[in-house]
Amino acid sequence: MRVALIGLGAVGRGVAEMIAKKGLGLTITGIADSKSGCMDCNGIDPQRVLAQKKQTGACGDRSITAEDIIRDAEYDALIEVTPTNALSGEPATGYIRAALSRQKHVVTSNKGPIALAYKELRTLAQENGVTLRYEATVAGAIPVMHTLEHGLCGNEILGIHGVLNGTCNYILTRMAAEGLTYEQALMEAREMGYAEADPTYDVKGIDAAIKLVILTNTIWGNSVKLSDVDLTGIDLLTPDALRLAEDEDCTIRLIAEAIPEKHLLRVSPRIIEKNHPLVVEGTLNALTLETDMAKEITLIGKGAGSIETASAIIGDLLYIRDRYGKCT
Amino acid sequence: MQIHYFTGGLVQVSMKLEMKDSPGQLVAALKPISDVGGNIIAVIHQRDPVSTQHMLNVQIVLELPEGRLDKLVTLLKNEGVHIQRIGKERLLYKRSVILIGHLMHTDLSDTVDQIDSTGFAEVCELSMSMPAINERSTSRVTIKAVNRQDMESALAILRRVAQQKSLLLIEPLAEEVPCESH
Repeated sequence: MRVALIGLGAVGRGVAEMIAKKGLGLTITGIADSKSGCMDCNGIDPQRVLAQKKQTGACGDRSITAEDIIRDAEYDALIEVTPTNALSGEPATGYIRAALSRQKHVVTSNKGPIALAYKELRTLAQENGVTLRYEATVAGAIPVMHTLEHGLCGNEILGIHGVLNGTCNYILTRMAAEGLTYEQALMEAREMGYAEADPTYDVKGIDAAIKLVILTNTIWGNSVKLSDVDLTGIDLLTPDALRLAEDEDCTIRLIAEAIPEKHLLRVSPRIIEKNHPLVVEGTLNALTLETDMAKEITLIGKGAGSIETASAIIGDLLYIRDRYGKCT
Repeated sequence: MQIHYFTGGLVQVSMKLEMKDSPGQLVAALKPISDVGGNIIAVIHQRDPVSTQHMLNVQIVLELPEGRLDKLVTLLKNEGVHIQRIGKERLLYKRSVILIGHLMHTDLSDTVDQIDSTGFAEVCELSMSMPAINERSTSRVTIKAVNRQDMESALAILRRVAQQKSLLLIEPLAEEVPCESH
């Protein structure tokens, strides 16, 4: 199967490396980063492009753009892994739209388009007889969407509870373990590379809420928006709060929850028993799906990382290859 | 904070029963429990080969509407079941929440009173930590209520008060668990 790769940040590099290394039968025919691009219908050597990017800062010809590749390259599936813009969803939404309109499958790790325009994009994919997959948008390496779609098919999903932001989970783990203040734990998270210079998006619970929106729309198709989420972050927590929770064998975690029957769509710090399956350490993510037949299923795994996220993308690509076997 | 007694709730009862170890005996002994509208929570078999001769000792835990216990005892006796011991506990729901903010400046006793004055729920424990004047303080507040619905109402009040007073309220994730009280 031929693929075009848009975005060469941590995720894009991970995908390119794994395609080169693992012999998955995937041929890259176009690659673009934010400044340049390259196209070759006979296949591009990902290692060579990554080396060039490292050396020159650009992956290809500066006169070739992402739009050019999406429009002109010969590919079966587009891998869209540019950075998330939570407000506009662009330019990713435009890229995805263009590829779907060309009857190309799309696999993305980008939360913006899926949170903001899921219904429109899914309809567009259906109209064009192709598929849009986004396993990597929620909980990194954890195969949430595959589990919902296949492992739990036939089940009614009654509710979800999850730890969906590794940065917050790291900060809370460190506050509980070492009695650090929020500020100290945040500083440590920055030093470890787990938090951005501006941590607002993570610590205010926005990132977790976007993932909750994606999950909710996927499961129940109810077109909820970020503004529908009842949102409380972790930035006002005190070390005393964690100590008081600890006195009762509990701790505090940022929990995203959706229970349609109770009209609940909420991200908030919660007191939770330390032996609860959702209490995971460090940057791990966890998600419990409450279902009618299987009852509770909890998935735990890495929520971020270059190769970890590539795992989710490659899972989506191989699913498309197997499902739409006519691709070459 | 004083302990109130509530009416109209469920009572949790534990009983130690002795009966003949013959087929159908246990089922016959458990039937009166559903007859009085009770729910069996646990049945623990104790087959002691040394002390008993063809007798079966069973410990059961059940919950039933208040005021039905005497009737149950009569029914059990009629079935030939010997009741060795009865323990009765009022079934209560208990939840701890954490409040962060300027708790004293926003009148903590009023916050507590908003729960206590409902008559169906009360603050039974309060742990507090105040690092320094003008800094936000943190408090763990434990609430008891007679049933789940009342607990939900109490938490709804607390949510509203926390919002009015700009306090951060951290609620527990798990469903509230029944606990024992006097």
